[in-house]
Amino acid sequence: MKIKPVSGPHHNVNRGVSRIMLHVIFALIPATLFGLYIFGWPAVNLFVVTIASALLFEYLCLKMAGKPKTVLLDGSALLTGWLLAMTLPPWAPWWIGVVGSALAIVIGKQVYGGLGQNVFNPAMLARVALLISFPVEMTTWANVTPLFSESAPDFSAALQITFMGAQLPDALTGATTLGHVKTELSLNHWLPESLNSFIDGRDAWLGFMRGSLGETSSVLLILGGLWLLIKGVISWRIPFAMLFSVWIFASLFHGWNPAQYLTPWTHLSSGALICAAFFIATDYVTSPNSAWGQLVFGFSCGLLIFIIRTWGGYPEGAGFAVLLMNAATPLIDHYIKPRIYGRNRKGAPLEVNE
Amino acid sequence: MINLKRLLRVRGGVHAEEHKHATADLPIQTQLPIPERLYIPLQQHVGKPAEPVVKVGDKVLKGQLLAHSQGMISAPVHAPSSGLIADINFYPAPHPSALPIRTIVIETDGLDQWCELKPVDDPFALEPEEISMRVGAAGVVGMGGATFPAAVKLNLGRKTEIETLLINGGECEPYLTCDDRLMQERADAIIDGVRIMLHGLQAKQAKMGIEDNKPQAIAQMRTACRDFDNIEVIVTPTRYPMGWDRQLIRYITGEEVPAGSRATDVGVLMHNVATAYAIHQAIREGKPSVTRVVTVSGQAVASPGNFEAPIGTLISELFAHADVGESQVARIVMGGPMMGEALPHSDLPIVKASSGLLALGADEIKPGAEQPCIRCASCVDVCPVGLLPVDMANRIKANQLDAAVSIGLKDCISCGSCSYVCPSNIPLAHYFKYASGELIGRQQAQHKSEQTNKLMQERNKRMERIEKQKAEEAARRKAEKEARDKAKREQAEAEEATP
Amino acid sequence: MYVISAIISLTSLGLFLGIMLSLAARFFKVESSPVVDELEALMPGSQCGQCGFPGCRPAAEALAAGDAQVTLCPPGGSALAEQFAAILGVEIDLSGMEEPEALVAKVSEETCIGCTRCFKVCPTDAIVGAPKQIHVVVADACIACRKCVDVCPTECLQMQAIEVTLKNWRWHKPESVLFEEAA
Repeated sequence: MKIKPVSGPHHNVNRGVSRIMLHVIFALIPATLFGLYIFGWPAVNLFVVTIASALLFEYLCLKMAGKPKTVLLDGSALLTGWLLAMTLPPWAPWWIGVVGSALAIVIGKQVYGGLGQNVFNPAMLARVALLISFPVEMTTWANVTPLFSESAPDFSAALQITFMGAQLPDALTGATTLGHVKTELSLNHWLPESLNSFIDGRDAWLGFMRGSLGETSSVLLILGGLWLLIKGVISWRIPFAMLFSVWIFASLFHGWNPAQYLTPWTHLSSGALICAAFFIATDYVTSPNSAWGQLVFGFSCGLLIFIIRTWGGYPEGAGFAVLLMNAATPLIDHYIKPRIYGRNRKGAPLEVNE
Repeated sequence: MINLKRLLRVRGGVHAEEHKHATADLPIQTQLPIPERLYIPLQQHVGKPAEPVVKVGDKVLKGQLLAHSQGMISAPVHAPSSGLIADINFYPAPHPSALPIRTIVIETDGLDQWCELKPVDDPFALEPEEISMRVGAAGVVGMGGATFPAAVKLNLGRKTEIETLLINGGECEPYLTCDDRLMQERADAIIDGVRIMLHGLQAKQAKMGIEDNKPQAIAQMRTACRDFDNIEVIVTPTRYPMGWDRQLIRYITGEEVPAGSRATDVGVLMHNVATAYAIHQAIREGKPSVTRVVTVSGQAVASPGNFEAPIGTLISELFAHADVGESQVARIVMGGPMMGEALPHSDLPIVKASSGLLALGADEIKPGAEQPCIRCASCVDVCPVGLLPVDMANRIKANQLDAAVSIGLKDCISCGSCSYVCPSNIPLAHYFKYASGELIGRQQAQHKSEQTNKLMQERNKRMERIEKQKAEEAARRKAEKEARDKAKREQAEAEEATP
Repeated sequence: MYVISAIISLTSLGLFLGIMLSLAARFFKVESSPVVDELEALMPGSQCGQCGFPGCRPAAEALAAGDAQVTLCPPGGSALAEQFAAILGVEIDLSGMEEPEALVAKVSEETCIGCTRCFKVCPTDAIVGAPKQIHVVVADACIACRKCVDVCPTECLQMQAIEVTLKNWRWHKPESVLFEEAA
């Protein structure tokens, strides 16, 4: 029973990195299945291609870096690929998924040194890079055509769409809610009429609308997020601060001029906001460590999203907002630190009050 | 039951798996066979080691003084049973390194015969100073694991005129139930010890914090103190490290002890329940601190329990008594699983600080493979001090200890909460222990280098002086020689001149 | 016209900023500390020459001039390198730096002939003894310079690791086991 000095604690919760990754993936499943269902076979193809290529790029990088292949099983590449697929237009061609995976895994993660070293959220980095490089493919939004419904492309048609570069007929595509509103406002068509004729509020929350593959169903995403909260995988601070800041700014401006500014609830239910709040901004690696830092991070993300959506050139700004705040994370961590017991915020010992 | 306002004062911490059920409901076993040999280390406390007053071959009675305390901060050591002094030499210490420590070995005679005791009937008639003196003479130290001499603390508290005595019944470490059982079975004695301490401190009131996972102990203590208005039992949430004195002070009083200050600076003093019990015994019965209650638990223990064992009993004997399956033991831990230390083998004695002895099985220690840090910040969330364990560990990894100190390394209490929650199994607490030790080493090295520099300068000066003397000597000789030569020449010339 | 106004405004801006800078340099001047002395004070001072410089002072001068790495001093280890880096304001990666093993000289009683050569060369007077008597090293004063080992005619002086006791026992640094299998 000779043992080398071993330090305590002699006991731990043993959560494991891959368990955390699998929890997040599990939480994504409902929204993903829903997305695959309403956008049909082309979405399934894109989803599979994106994840498979993400794993492939991870494997190649690990091989080049001389790291053991077992790292592939930690689930981080799977999660990155999965998140990326969820943020892509569902009927995008296959190479969008492959290029996106390469950007996310190679440029977004491995060049920094792999898991835990990256500055930017890999999935968001890839999505934004794709959006800037391939604006047409990245803003062609398929109609809601649930699997096995009449209008839905069958499997062979789906292969044509994803792999053969088949032109999508205009009848099968359209604008997202945020894109529609942006266009209408630029034509001096005021709210809320321009919106009411476009989408029904309940459909928006449930997710029966055009949008990215897995981002449409706010309800299912919130459910997944709440499950992660209960499981203790994420903390409430970033999602809450982010949604709250979008909500409060949207309320203020909507209250001031309802004709030009969307209602806060439309903001919350459209675009990538819910997905970003629960699954993207909460990425451990690229968000601040301290409680207050996380609140600042979330709040700033929300503010940036609101600004980009309202006055920016793009209809949706979640990706940009998260990346910008990722870049600010080291700064936040540097300036916002927890107060040490018996010391004030500056680190000097507390005064003894007699 | 838990006060919400107080709850908000708790920061960080983990709710560790308790593992207390195995021993929490079993009475303390007092009828252990007396070991044939007892190994009593001369330093079981913070401060200077005790100096033996007995010789090899002396016959001693139980409770007789073996070694007296040395200097201001120290504690004496007494014989835990009667017998012959077999040896006074260096034996392995109950320490992760098992390096030798000066130890008195008693060959027991099995009679367990007490020496003459001097009990006090009415401690409240004694002068407060007398209480501290008797507590000090009985060798009572902080039984919670801190092992700070209790008398020194009492004196400090009296001198600083503290108002409140806090009694730590937290026992937040998993597995351990020795304080829990003590509170359940000997509540009156503990309260008596608390009252004696209040008298010795001349303090107004006492408040006792007990975690809410010990309802029976809370009930017993409340019953025991119902006649004393100045003693209050306060229920605390079960969250490790609630038993960290400063966490408990903040929870009960709302005050934070400033960094670098003592608890007495905010008008409180803290003692453990087991210390209160030891003080009761020392004063009321005149018995020095020669036994303690030890929790023996863990997966490899077939009949776990709490044992009241003489100090100096070998762990292996206690393990034999608790039917420990040798083959199942993956790690022996003295203390709790969070802050306790792993011991290399079981042929080591228990000391005044040994609250628990754990024989952990392979499933319990679960040495997960280390993975890259994913910056999940769990360690930041659970740190009760408010440190950034992840950043500190990264700096220590890169050997930048000063940088780690600049973000609070010295405030770390080594509670291990960070390592406990880390999903990547990074040995954070180990990094901090390493760095703290290394810093002490560096300080000593710097001190040494200053000293040797001084020595070197002195030597250089001396060498210069010697050189100078030599040069002067040489010059003098040269001058003498020249003078002699000159004289010779002159003489020769003179001789030549006068043929 | 625009060109002229642009030139004038930019020139005046440049002038203004230049004057401000020179004023700032004058009034907020940071007294440059005698860096070399500061560096030398930190060094072990045994003039051991392991850095490749003839002594501690030349090494400190080279450091201050930027001609040497902060990791130049093996006896100082990473602790010293970190202090140098802090003074000189340079970024360092210490993760690869080996820690010096603490050594002291020890006299073997069997072979010591009491020749007194060792204590004559000891720079800190750490060796005590008299002619024809066995010499003893005072471990607390020994700086492990090896000068005595070099002059000992019977090789009875050897460098030994400092004995580990409960007082000086320290936790070892955790080995990072990340990706060990690939290496």
